[in-house]
Amino acid sequence: MAGRRHRRQSYDGVVLAAPATVPYQRFSKETAHWWIARALRQSLQAAGMTLRDVDGFSVASFSLFPDTAVGLTQHLGLTPRWLDHIPMGGASGVAALRRAARAVQAGDADVVACVSGDTNHVDSFRRMLSSFSRFAQDASYPYGAGGPNACFALLTDHYMTSYGARREDFGRICIAQRDNALKNPHAVMKTPLSLDQYMEARMISDPIALFDCVMPVSGAEAFLVMREQDARAAGLPHAHIRSTIERHNAFPDDPIQMRGGWAMDVDELYAMADARPDDIDLLQTYDDYPVISMMQMEDLGFCKKGEGPAFVRQHDLTIGGDFPHNTSGGQLSAGQAGAAGGFIGLVEAIRQVIRTAGPTQVPDARTALVSGFGVINFDRGVCSDAAIISGAA
Amino acid sequence: MTSPIVPPPKKDPQKRTRTQTLPSGARSRAALGLTAAAAEGRFMLQVCAECGAVQYPPRDACSACLSTDLPWKDIPPAGRLIAETTVRTSTSTYFRERTPWRVGTVRLDAGPSVICHVHGDVARGGAVHIINRLDKSGQGVLFALPAERTQNMEDDPQLRELTANPKFRRVLITDARSENALALAQAFSKAEASIIFLGEAEGWRPYPHRAALAAIPGVELVPLDVTDTRSVAELAGEIGGKTDILVNNARFMRPGGIMDRGDTIFARDEMEVNYLGLMRLAQAFGPAMRGRGADGQNSAAAWVNILSVYAYANLPALGAFSAASAAAWSLSQCLRAEMRPGGVRVMNVYTGPTDDDWHQPLPPPKVAPSVLAKAVVAGLKDGLEDVFVGDVARDLIDRWRAGPKILEREMSETDGGGA
Repeated sequence: MAGRRHRRQSYDGVVLAAPATVPYQRFSKETAHWWIARALRQSLQAAGMTLRDVDGFSVASFSLFPDTAVGLTQHLGLTPRWLDHIPMGGASGVAALRRAARAVQAGDADVVACVSGDTNHVDSFRRMLSSFSRFAQDASYPYGAGGPNACFALLTDHYMTSYGARREDFGRICIAQRDNALKNPHAVMKTPLSLDQYMEARMISDPIALFDCVMPVSGAEAFLVMREQDARAAGLPHAHIRSTIERHNAFPDDPIQMRGGWAMDVDELYAMADARPDDIDLLQTYDDYPVISMMQMEDLGFCKKGEGPAFVRQHDLTIGGDFPHNTSGGQLSAGQAGAAGGFIGLVEAIRQVIRTAGPTQVPDARTALVSGFGVINFDRGVCSDAAIISGAA
Repeated sequence: MTSPIVPPPKKDPQKRTRTQTLPSGARSRAALGLTAAAAEGRFMLQVCAECGAVQYPPRDACSACLSTDLPWKDIPPAGRLIAETTVRTSTSTYFRERTPWRVGTVRLDAGPSVICHVHGDVARGGAVHIINRLDKSGQGVLFALPAERTQNMEDDPQLRELTANPKFRRVLITDARSENALALAQAFSKAEASIIFLGEAEGWRPYPHRAALAAIPGVELVPLDVTDTRSVAELAGEIGGKTDILVNNARFMRPGGIMDRGDTIFARDEMEVNYLGLMRLAQAFGPAMRGRGADGQNSAAAWVNILSVYAYANLPALGAFSAASAAAWSLSQCLRAEMRPGGVRVMNVYTGPTDDDWHQPLPPPKVAPSVLAKAVVAGLKDGLEDVFVGDVARDLIDRWRAGPKILEREMSETDGGGA
């Protein structure tokens, strides 16, 4: 925020490494514990580490009940001296990174494993919606029980009316992501999507149609936070954290959500990184619906408020385009694995800047901006955050 | 403009009766304040007693000043629809069966934005009038009506889910002999009820308004004595499957409390009619009504009890009758809970002294049968649970809410008119 007196400490000396994605499945008979264990193991294997090397553990999951991060320590055989459980849904990736990085920087932990994962049983989505939050239970679920589709339909309707956005504009985001997903072998969506198909899809909650919605899946994501010197000693490719922001319940007086907390803190995000929007090689937004990706492009300074529709018309959002966006296909095409939806962009961004993204690799990607958005507590997403990360120069 | 509903076709007995599913009834304790207000059809929200901020959704602390003193107040119901959607896919069985379903965000003139059900006649971005009503799960929900009345607006299918409108429904009114029966039958006829059954005890015994009753279109006189279990069961066997609204209108009332009566004979009659009469009716008609809550246009919709407001606080001059009324009131709460899974509303209409023979010595104001009948039909059209009709009943409930113990002392001073 403008006028803050103290300059925030940088994240120098702390890095991100060993990004891991457990391939998603539409439905799973397994539990969140199972998925989280898989992601943790995959990340540790990538780093050449064992459970004993991990002394910090951060978890994000919706389907662990009745367990929390505490139960997982015993379940998975961890003995951490630093433990965190992050209930921020789509904002959990950057939030985990922020907390873990400061813990490592302060010496409270040497290696923090940040893991998110959820299982998707038949009917678990319905069960989760009805008791998602107290305000949702009391004041949105009784009204049609449309879940997030209906809430985002309201935001999309309002955005379209206010700024003249058309369905085709949102379609551009979805189609580009599908194109990216076709390069990602683990994406749930495996067939190309045309604008005609997008426009002709059945309405789910007007103006939200089928291809504006994510597919709930089972899956898990993980990465490690550690000291740069340790990563170097182990020969691990790693990413630097150049800046982060986080904000909750921003602009509570807006009658309906037209912007997220990024708009409050975006100047600080770029100032701390000593960067400008032009310096960003790829953007990973939280994309449970395309309208919110468009808002992130605006609120993160890539264009002005209301110019999102023109911006997506003027840019190619695919891996090979001039504005690579959600390069793994994002949740819209790779699937939404519960709280792991808050990690998907960050884990992919780490892979991109350390150049291990394989088929989805953006050539010469060095700096990525990742933003998170989470928890439709009542009528809007409450949590928002963002981070700029860079690979080796 | 809403398309008017048409009379439903005759039911095909070979077709399965649709099971009533319900919208989610889970609520926090704070949110039940909305439900309590909806029971009387009032649009109320929490207003901070310290800083005056209007709150929504319901909560435990003011989001402007953290005060925990958040009383519920009536709120001006004006607002504007700033966003809308039509839900076509829902995870809830209840809404799945009723899509497309219109929902919107309304910015209230009073401040907060609310997500609410939206009437089909509200224009995009239009001005709305918010009402707070009970849904099929019996919980308060907000509904946006057009700011100006439109044609057939009460026939909107989403609105009809919140109401128990008698239009094209079949009604049973007990106790044809009572002074209220004629006015009730006339009011239901005017409200376009398709059949109005009137339960009549001891049909061989004449009473003044019988011919007038029989002349009302749609009225059918049927034998029914609520003190006779077999009589109630026989009628239920005959019309229980097509009773959409039941008006429990039977009442036995005599003046006096405890010591000015020498025995328990009248007290027993008061319990037989007012308390056990309700229970017999409910045991005979309740199960079939509860099973027909979603049975098309003329589904079972509501159970109406006409009760004395002295159920809340004993009027010693009518002390034994007040006690029997209290028993019936308590039983009605049980009935409400048992009817809820079927989506059938239990509406209690509380009245002060009515303008009839047995209240003759009591001073005015008294409730005329036509006023009572109008209140019953209006309450059904609004889907209410509690209706207080007349000045005496409204005054008493105000005092009861302010302090039941103070009211008890006041009641003992109240002149029963020498009765």
